[in-house]
Amino acid sequence: MRTGLIAEKLGMTRVFDQAGRHIPVTVLHVDGCQVVDVKTEEKNGYTAVQVGVGKAKTKNISKAVRGSYAKAKVEPKKKTVEFRVSADALVTVGEEITVDHFVDGQFVDVVGTSIGKGFAGAMKRHNFAGLEASHGVSISHRAHGSTGQCQDPGKVFKGKKMAGHMGAKRVTVQNLQVVKTDTDKGLVFVKGAVPGSRGGYVLIKDAIKKMMPEGLPFPAALKSAAKADAPKEEVSSEAAEQTQE
Amino acid sequence: MNLLQQVEQEEVKRLVEGREIPEFAAGDTLRVNIKVKEGERERIQAFEGVCIARSNDGVNSSFTVRKISYNEGVERVFPLYGPMIDNIEVVRRGIVRRAKLYYLRELRGKKARIAEKRTHVKKKTADEAAPKVESKPKAAEKTES
Repeated sequence: MRTGLIAEKLGMTRVFDQAGRHIPVTVLHVDGCQVVDVKTEEKNGYTAVQVGVGKAKTKNISKAVRGSYAKAKVEPKKKTVEFRVSADALVTVGEEITVDHFVDGQFVDVVGTSIGKGFAGAMKRHNFAGLEASHGVSISHRAHGSTGQCQDPGKVFKGKKMAGHMGAKRVTVQNLQVVKTDTDKGLVFVKGAVPGSRGGYVLIKDAIKKMMPEGLPFPAALKSAAKADAPKEEVSSEAAEQTQE
Repeated sequence: MNLLQQVEQEEVKRLVEGREIPEFAAGDTLRVNIKVKEGERERIQAFEGVCIARSNDGVNSSFTVRKISYNEGVERVFPLYGPMIDNIEVVRRGIVRRAKLYYLRELRGKKARIAEKRTHVKKKTADEAAPKVESKPKAAEKTES
C-alpha cells in the first residue's frame, strides 16, 4: 500500500481525447508534497507516512508544530496528513513526492470535505419527494411527511431521515480515473467531480477497489530520484517555470 | 492568471494548432465540416445553417448552428475547439442586433431571414487572401462587435 498525496482543488475544465470526445476533468494541484514524518512498527506500532503540502507562514504556526517541522528539516506546511502504508512503502523524511506518483489511466480514490449546505430540509438532504403541490395540501409542500406509526411503537425510530445539517463533511469518491498528470506544474487531472470547493484540500490515494496497473512508482515517485534519472529534463522544466514567472 | 486558466489556455493552443478558426458571430451563416467516423472509415459531413449563439469561455467555448432540415428546425451545438470539427467556413455575414438569436426559433420562412452585411464581406475576402494568425479569436471578436 503506497502513500497518497495532498492536493488543492483548482476547479473543473474539459480536455479532448484523440477520438475527439470531451472528458470533464477536475484539476488538482500538488504543491511541494513532502514527507514530514514516518511512523514505524518499532517506534509507533504501525506504519504510516505523514506528508505535508503548501507553504505556511512561520508566524502562524505554534512553536510545538514548528519544532516537528524543524526535526524533519522541512519548511512549514499548510496541510499535513498521515497515510497508512505497508512497511515496505515507507519513504524517507524530507523527500518530495511528485505527481508522477500516479500514472495516466490509473484509478484513484479522492477524499475531500464537501461544500456545506447548512440546515437543509428533507427534500434536499435525503431526496424526499415532499408533499403534493395541490389537492388540498396547504402550507406544507416541502415537508417530510409522517415520521412513524402510532401508539405502537409510540416513538420515532433512531436514524429517521429528517431535516438537519448537510454537507461540510468528509466524503470519499472512489474509482476516479487519472486522465493525465503535469509534472512541471504539479497537476493531476482526474476524470469527473471531486468533493469540496475550489481551493479546498483533497487527498488522492490509489483506488482500493481496483487492481493497480503495472509500472507504478514504488514506494513513491520522488523528486530526488527523478533528478538523478534525468538531470537535463529537470533543468529544462525549471527554466520553463522561470520564463512563465 | 490563475493556474486553471493557464491550463485551459494551453489546451486551447494545443487544439487550435494546425487549424484556423475564422472570425464569426451570431447571424452569420456557417458551414461546419465535421469529421464522422463510420467503422474504420472517416469522412466529412457538412452542417450548414445560421449561427444563432456563441459562447466564449476558453476551452468551453461553443456555438449553436440552426438550420431547417426537411421542414423541421434542427439545432446543433458545437464545441468551438472540438477536434472533430474539420473546419468552419463563413458562408455569409448577417446584420443582427442581438447576441443570441433565439427568436429565430419561432420564425419560419421569409420572417426568419437575416440581412447580409455587404461591406463587411468585401473586407473579409481581402483578409482571407492574406495569411493571418488566429491566436486570439476571442479578442478579435470583441473589437469587431
